[in-house]
Amino acid sequence: MDMHPSVQPHLEASAGYDRRILNYIQNAAAHGLYEIRGLGAKRHLPHFDDLVFLGASLTRYPLEGYREKCLTKTVLGTRFAKQPIELEIPITIAGMSFGSLSANVKAALGLAATEMGTSTTTGDGGMTAEERLSSKTLVYQCLPSRYGFNPNDIRQADAIEIVIGQGAKPGGGGMLLGQKINPRVAAMRTLPEGVDQRSACRHPDWTGPDDLTIKIQELRELTDWQKPIYVKVGASRTFNDVKLAVHAGADVIVVDGMQGGTAATQAVFIEHVGIPTIAAVRQAVDALEDMNMKGTVQLIVSGGVRTGADVAKALAMGADAVSIGQGILMALGCNSDAYIQDDTHHSAVADYHALGTAPGYCHHCHTGQCPVGVTTQDPVLEKRLEPAVGAKRVKNYLKTLNMELTTIARACGKQNVHHLEREDLVALTLEAAAMAQLPIAGTSWIPGKSG
Amino acid sequence: MDGVTSATSLSFDLRQTPLRQVNQFLHDVQTVHIQTVHSTQTVQILNPDGAHNIAVGLDAPLQVEIVGHTGYYAAGMNQLATVTIVGNAGPGVAENMMSGRVQVQGFASVSAGASAQGGLLVIDGDASLRCGISLKGGDIVVGGNVGSFSAFMAQAGRLVICGDAGDALGDSLYEAVIYVRGQIKSLGADAQLEPMTDQDYAAVADLLAQSGRFHDPQEFKRVASARQLYHWNADANQEY
Repeated sequence: MDMHPSVQPHLEASAGYDRRILNYIQNAAAHGLYEIRGLGAKRHLPHFDDLVFLGASLTRYPLEGYREKCLTKTVLGTRFAKQPIELEIPITIAGMSFGSLSANVKAALGLAATEMGTSTTTGDGGMTAEERLSSKTLVYQCLPSRYGFNPNDIRQADAIEIVIGQGAKPGGGGMLLGQKINPRVAAMRTLPEGVDQRSACRHPDWTGPDDLTIKIQELRELTDWQKPIYVKVGASRTFNDVKLAVHAGADVIVVDGMQGGTAATQAVFIEHVGIPTIAAVRQAVDALEDMNMKGTVQLIVSGGVRTGADVAKALAMGADAVSIGQGILMALGCNSDAYIQDDTHHSAVADYHALGTAPGYCHHCHTGQCPVGVTTQDPVLEKRLEPAVGAKRVKNYLKTLNMELTTIARACGKQNVHHLEREDLVALTLEAAAMAQLPIAGTSWIPGKSG
Repeated sequence: MDGVTSATSLSFDLRQTPLRQVNQFLHDVQTVHIQTVHSTQTVQILNPDGAHNIAVGLDAPLQVEIVGHTGYYAAGMNQLATVTIVGNAGPGVAENMMSGRVQVQGFASVSAGASAQGGLLVIDGDASLRCGISLKGGDIVVGGNVGSFSAFMAQAGRLVICGDAGDALGDSLYEAVIYVRGQIKSLGADAQLEPMTDQDYAAVADLLAQSGRFHDPQEFKRVASARQLYHWNADANQEY
C-alpha cells in the first residue's frame, strides 16, 4: 500500500545488517551451502586508482607524445633459462583454464596475444591444441591438480608456471561445477563427465620451499634448462613468499592480488582472503630488492589490472610486466548486453535475466551459462564468441592499454616504460599510501615512515 | 660422452659425471647418440647417493638401472623407458609417469607415482604416505604396505597393495580402483569396500604377474569410490 510521503514511517537501515548481509543470512538459512561465484572481489579495496603520476614539468622533461619513441619490449626469464621470453609489450594474458573458458575463447586469446607480441597462459585443465597453435608464446601452468599435465606439452611450451596460489583464493584449489564438465573437458582432466570438480590446493608431490627447489630443478632437467620457470603466488604473506620462491630458483615471480578473478570459488574466499594488489606489489619488490634480485628475477603483477594507467602504476612500483584475466574476458564481451554472431549484434539481456542477473552485474561464470559465450562449454552458447571477433577485441584492448601506458611514460619523461619508477607516483588516500609505501600527494609523508 | 661402455651396458658414475650431463645424454639418446647405444643395452647409473631428479623426462624405450638410493622424482614423467632402482627411492618416484615401467627394489618415500597417467610402477618394499596420490591412469603395485592417504583423489588407474594400508585409504577417490591384500587401517571420505568381480580378479592377476609377484588374487579386496561426493551436497558437511 502506497502511503503519502508525509506519513512514511522513518525506516532506519542497519549498517551491520544491511540488505547485503540480510540476503546472505537468508540464503544461508534457505540452502545450507555457501555461495559459489566467478570473477573477483566486489567490495571496495585500495587499488591503483588511489595512486596518481607526477608528470614532467620543470624538474623532468617530458617526451613528445606522438613523435618520440617509448620502448615497451619486455624480457622475462633471464636468470637461468637458456631461452628467455621476449615480448613486445609488458602486458600478458593470465592463466585461465580450458573448461572455465571455451576452446573458441582460448583460440581467440592466442591469436590476439600473438598479434600483439605477448604471451598467453594455459590453466587448470591442460593445454589445448587450439591455444598452442594460435599462440606464439604460451606459458604452461603446473597446478596442484595436474589435470592433463604431461611432458609432451611441457616440451612444446615456451615457459612453465608453477602455480602455488591465486589472488582470488590463496590457499584454495580450483573448482569447476558439473555443468561445465562436458566430454572433452572430462577427458582432458581424466574425470567423469558432469561431476562437481574440486581441484587439490596442494601439489601432490611436494610441500614447502625446500621441495619446491627440487621440483623446479626437475622441470629444468626435463627441459634441459631451456625454458623459464615462473612461480605464481596468491597475495598474502607476499614478502616472505617471494623470497622463498626466489630462493627456490624461480626465474620469474607472478604475484596475484586479491582483486584477481576466478571461474568459480566460494564468495567468502574471494572477498575475505588475500591482500590487495598494491600492497602485494610493494612487498614483492621489497623482497626482490632485499635479496638484490631486482632485474635478475622478473616480477609479473596481476589482480585487477584493468587500464593502461593500472599497467603504468604496476610498472612504476617495480613490476616488469602485468598479467590480465578479467579485463580480457570483459574485452571479449563479459558483462556486455550483446554478443556478435554472424556479423550481427544479438541482445543477451534475456539470458542474463534467466540467470537472475543483468549485464554489468554478472558473476555467473560458475554456471557455464555465460550469455555472451565466454565462460561456457555449452555447444550453443560457445558459438556466441567467434575466435576472429574475440581476437580482434582483445587485440584492440591490449593495444589501447599499451598506448595509455606509453602516454603516461612519455609524460613522465621515460623513453622506456620500464624506466617508470616509484618516484613518479604519489597516493591519494592514507590506505593506499600505507600499502604502497608512497607519499600522500602534496606531501613527503609516507605512513609508517618518520619525517 | 663420459660414460663407460661395453657390449651390453653403458655406465655413468654420478661421482664423476654431473647429473645434468647424464640426463642430457638420456634425452638425446635417440637423436644424437643413436649410433652408440643399442636398444638391448642397459644404461647404468652408479653412485646416485640420493641425488634428485635422476633420469627424469625420458622419452625412449631405454633400459636404465640406477644402482643405489635415489632422491626426489627419480624417473619423473617417464615415457617408454624401463627404469630400475636397485635401492630405495625418495619422494615422488615416477611422478606423472606416462608410460613404460619403473621398479623400486627397495622402499619408496612419499607420493610415489603421484598423478601418473600410464605405465607401471612396481615398489618391491613398502611405500610411504600418499602413494598414488592424484593417480590419473597409471598402475602401481606395492609389494609391502602403504602409508596414510594413499590414492588420495585418485582419478583413474589401479593401485595394488600386497600388504596393509594406513589411514584414509582412497580419500576423495574418483574412478581409480584400489586392491588390498592385507588390513586397511581406515578408509577415507567416500571410499568404500566393494565386492570383487571376475574382472577385478583378472586385473589383479595380470598386475601381479607383470610385477613378478605370486599372491592369490582371491586374497584381495576392492576399494572404490562411493561417488557420494561427486556433487555438492549440503548434508555432507565436513566430508568435502
